[in-house]
Amino acid sequence: MINYINLAFKKSKKEKRPLLLTYTVAGDSTKQKSLEILRSISKYADICELGFPHNTPIADGGQIQTSAYRAIKNGIKTSDVFKIVKDFKKDKFSTPIILMGYYNLIYQFGENNFLNECKKSGVNGIIVVDLPWPENKKFALKCKRRNICFVQLISPTTSYDRAKKIIKDSHDMIYYISMLSTTGAKLKVSPSEIYKNYSKLKNINPKKNYVVGFGITEKSIKKLNFADGLVVGSAICKEITKSLKYRQNAVTNVSRIVMNLKKLIS
Amino acid sequence: MKLKKRKLLIDQHDKYGMWGGKFGGNFVPETLKKPIYDLEILFSKLRNNQKFLAERDKYFKDWVGAPTRFIKLNNLSNHIGGAQIWSKVVSDANGGAHKIYNASVHCLLAKEAGKKFIVGDTGAGYAGKMLSMAAKKFGLKCKIFMGAKDIKRQRPNVVAIKKNGAEVIPVYTGSQTLVDAVSECMRYWVANCDTTAMCVGSTVGPNIFVKICGWSTSQISRELIVQIKDKFGSIPKRLKLYNCVGGGSSSYGFWSEFIRYDKRQVELIGVEAGGPIKSKKHAAPLTYDSKIGVLHGAMQYVNQDKIGQIDETESISAGLDYPGVSPLHCFLKDLKRARYTAASDEQALNAYKLVTKFENLRPSLEPSHAFAVALNEAKGLSKNTIVVVNSCGDAIKDKNILKARLGKNYDKLY
Ligand SMILES: Cc1ncc(COP(=O)(O)O)c(C=O)c1O
Repeated sequence: MINYINLAFKKSKKEKRPLLLTYTVAGDSTKQKSLEILRSISKYADICELGFPHNTPIADGGQIQTSAYRAIKNGIKTSDVFKIVKDFKKDKFSTPIILMGYYNLIYQFGENNFLNECKKSGVNGIIVVDLPWPENKKFALKCKRRNICFVQLISPTTSYDRAKKIIKDSHDMIYYISMLSTTGAKLKVSPSEIYKNYSKLKNINPKKNYVVGFGITEKSIKKLNFADGLVVGSAICKEITKSLKYRQNAVTNVSRIVMNLKKLIS
Repeated sequence: MKLKKRKLLIDQHDKYGMWGGKFGGNFVPETLKKPIYDLEILFSKLRNNQKFLAERDKYFKDWVGAPTRFIKLNNLSNHIGGAQIWSKVVSDANGGAHKIYNASVHCLLAKEAGKKFIVGDTGAGYAGKMLSMAAKKFGLKCKIFMGAKDIKRQRPNVVAIKKNGAEVIPVYTGSQTLVDAVSECMRYWVANCDTTAMCVGSTVGPNIFVKICGWSTSQISRELIVQIKDKFGSIPKRLKLYNCVGGGSSSYGFWSEFIRYDKRQVELIGVEAGGPIKSKKHAAPLTYDSKIGVLHGAMQYVNQDKIGQIDETESISAGLDYPGVSPLHCFLKDLKRARYTAASDEQALNAYKLVTKFENLRPSLEPSHAFAVALNEAKGLSKNTIVVVNSCGDAIKDKNILKARLGKNYDKLY
């Protein structure tokens, strides 16, 4: 079975650049708009993360909260998220989609149901913000059985021993949170500090793909190009908010940003 | 799934922090795993440390004011004409509510951990007020997260928090009440857990916060069991303990020593907030249609929609206006050890009127919910049934709401 996430990493490695991951919220600002945004930014992004919004997020900052509330207000349901993925995958099958969200929405949908829908719609990976290791072991195994990558998270507070265990249980991709922060804050640690922590993890198992996220913008992305991959979320959500405010075309504005991000690391 | 008689309920969880394999746990971002682990280690060490216990007891006695009174409400008993009605006047405690116990313990722990900052959530404002008092006492800098709606309706406590030198951070997301304050406080902790301690204001949140809070408020029942034996010679044959339930900290603290008794002897009754009589936005997950789900890091019964978005709730009492509830109470409900019901805004107001008319006691809107159910049920009970209501908060904070709903002479009989 082809593993599109691995394939994407191989491609970016060949091009000697980090892989670019974007994060947008499904249904922001409408179901149709979020699909259009996804289609447009996937011209530049290597992997698209798609958030399924929750109204009680305990790890998201203002920008992503605003996007999430907008999407929920517009009536986004878990089933709509799968529909968006399915529509996206019709003509972009090889661009990996990683769903990201909070466990309660998966739990209410039913773990197995959720994963079966993921499979049907073409989801390639899953990040669950509030299902840490080792609580996530069973769920991660269910993902693996369906050839879906369960993305483990590691943070600056994770001890070395714990990181070793998490990496051992991880699939193709690991997400390193750059700093102590909710999403969307300014980068409050230096790129060299992030590099130091990143290298420690990379050395534990150099074969795995490590992406860095939180606090990455057009300003900071270049300094972090040592990573296998870089995630940009809040900067994109913020642009959607801005476009709505000034009645501009969110699709073109957001695409311009993502194009620029790609250029900066190419 | 069974209760163990010899083990505290707060300790009857599995290695994942779940009670009955179903409730509680640690559904938290990876960043919080380490600070939570550190707190678990610190707490498990200190709760068995004689010096720490002596320090806690000293503060509870000299500063909080232990024990709070246990009194018979003679006039009310005569008026109702059924069971004997008693009250544990927990609002005697320094600051005017049970929230002082948890706040004091968290500040003691923060001091031991070498933290200089502490943050906390609040709904009714008591958890915030008490945390600001304790932080001041122990020399910690303090921030309190509070929903914008609650800041308006619980003004007196907001003033008190600021007077104690703490910062009040208004939360404008969602329903602008307790649920949003807790979320925002947790987000703040995610970003600042290296320097800052967090106090969750009730027996909710990740497992360790449920435990620390329950361990702290249990002071109430440790006092009560002595007072009851002192008054009656032994535990009465028919004892009923009524308590309001928001997150569940005062009720757990009130019941803790009595959980091991047979429920035919000691019945535990929890009263949730039904909200305005015409409203469907009940803050009562143990009474009205809720489902098991994750809120603020723990599995629990929670008011939510089909796909898992948390419901907005509505209650006259800010302290009970919360869509979730402690995993401890979810467990007690499933085991049928406690019985849960709800009182409406109107029933709570009527109970407040009745209590203040007959007694020299002013329960805040939260315990007024418990009085509503207790007084109603006491009517049909025999004289040798002992009904005890935890009057866990003082109504000063509610003066504006009471004035608006009951007229400006709402407390003229007092
Ligand atoms: C006086 C009073 N009673 C009850 C509560 C409800 O919380 P819990 O159920 O944790 O006791 C509050 C919460 O703010 C309160 O202030």
